[in-house]
Amino acid sequence: MSWYNKRLAKSIWVYHMSASPCNNCDIEILDLLTPKYDVERFGIKLVGSVRHADVILLSGVINQKVAPQVKKIYEQAAKPCFVVGVGTCPSSGCCFKDSYNTVGKREEVIPIDMYIPGCPPKPEAMIDGIVKLVGVLNG
Amino acid sequence: MNFELFFYLLVFPGFLFTAILGLTVGWVDRKVSARFQYRVGPPFLQNFNDFFKLLGKETIVVKDSVKSMFVIAPFVSFAMLALVSTIIGTSLFFNISFGGDLIVIMYLLMIFSVMVVIGGSSTGNVYSSIGFGREIKLLLADELAFILVLLVPIIKSGYQINLENILTAQVNGMFINSASGIIAFIIGLLCIQAKMTLPPFQIPEAETEIVEGPFMEYSGPLLAFWKLNHFMMYVIFPFLLVLLFWGGFSFNGIDILWSVLKYLLIVVLMIIIKNTNPRVRIDTALSFFWKYATPLTLIAIVLAVFGY
Repeated sequence: MSWYNKRLAKSIWVYHMSASPCNNCDIEILDLLTPKYDVERFGIKLVGSVRHADVILLSGVINQKVAPQVKKIYEQAAKPCFVVGVGTCPSSGCCFKDSYNTVGKREEVIPIDMYIPGCPPKPEAMIDGIVKLVGVLNG
Repeated sequence: MNFELFFYLLVFPGFLFTAILGLTVGWVDRKVSARFQYRVGPPFLQNFNDFFKLLGKETIVVKDSVKSMFVIAPFVSFAMLALVSTIIGTSLFFNISFGGDLIVIMYLLMIFSVMVVIGGSSTGNVYSSIGFGREIKLLLADELAFILVLLVPIIKSGYQINLENILTAQVNGMFINSASGIIAFIIGLLCIQAKMTLPPFQIPEAETEIVEGPFMEYSGPLLAFWKLNHFMMYVIFPFLLVLLFWGGFSFNGIDILWSVLKYLLIVVLMIIIKNTNPRVRIDTALSFFWKYATPLTLIAIVLAVFGY
């Protein structure tokens, strides 16, 4: 199993899911994929279909409108699939936590494995987060 | 049922050799593309890691799909490509071929496209449907030009359909040195670009538009085999071009270097075309192949008949 985990750690395909964000984290995620940071050197690739994904980058506080879709998309992913919450919103709800339309328990909608705090987090912070996930996979 | 047959099919010119070389050349493709965009690019074993990772993931068979077709399509197309690579490889490396194997290659390569169509249409996904429709249109566009390109070496070798006879006809002079040969070679390169759905003709699986098209719903090992098919074509098509126009490979002393350079030159040409051209629309691709590529190849055929 550890052999497979090493293969998985070296080829992480990322699916970008925005669950009602303010778009700030999304822009930073797209920055991550530009030539300057070039995450392809770690084998990270952005894929368009969640069926191909190993990691779902979730940005945004999940509101009641998108919660069923978020749940559905997570169920469609081929396991093993990890969920990384990007930004302060998935971890604490940020300034939207008392809003009328956000879901109370995000853990019930989608099991988030790892959080990258920051509003928005820098691309370096995201790379650091992914590297930590790789470290967990490598044991 | 002799041992050699299985060795040819499974190990040397066939499956194992083509897969390993294809995945390695796939790395060359990704690395050169990365350097084009001022990036560093993936590590050497990246494609192998991708392949083995996909083998270990969960396979989801879509509920609304035609399940048998959905599962069979990647494996049948993989078998077709393994067969094609065996036919091309045995005639290149061992001088073994059978009568009319060029026609068999044409058919098997077409079956690959048909399998993409079947796999894409069986999922029931909207994007896959758009993708397989485009695949059919692209097949209509490039197939005629591709077959006409394959006719040029047949005519130049004195109407031989046998791959080995085409190779022996090039001992005195390679076909690429003639006017008809160079035209057919260039058109053949563009047809390959369309057959492999590489960027100028990446219409069926436009990642930014219809998320990988026919392969959108595939996951796990099935997707791994689709990816492997794509990388195996990086071996099959350049080998076919080398065989038909560039006099094959030779393995005497310094000639090994020339053989490797021939192959790498074709691959790098494909990567350069891939990286310097944006995706065209389906009508642009059709008009390109029907208005320009096919008449040019017809001219090449006429030139070949008159011996130029």
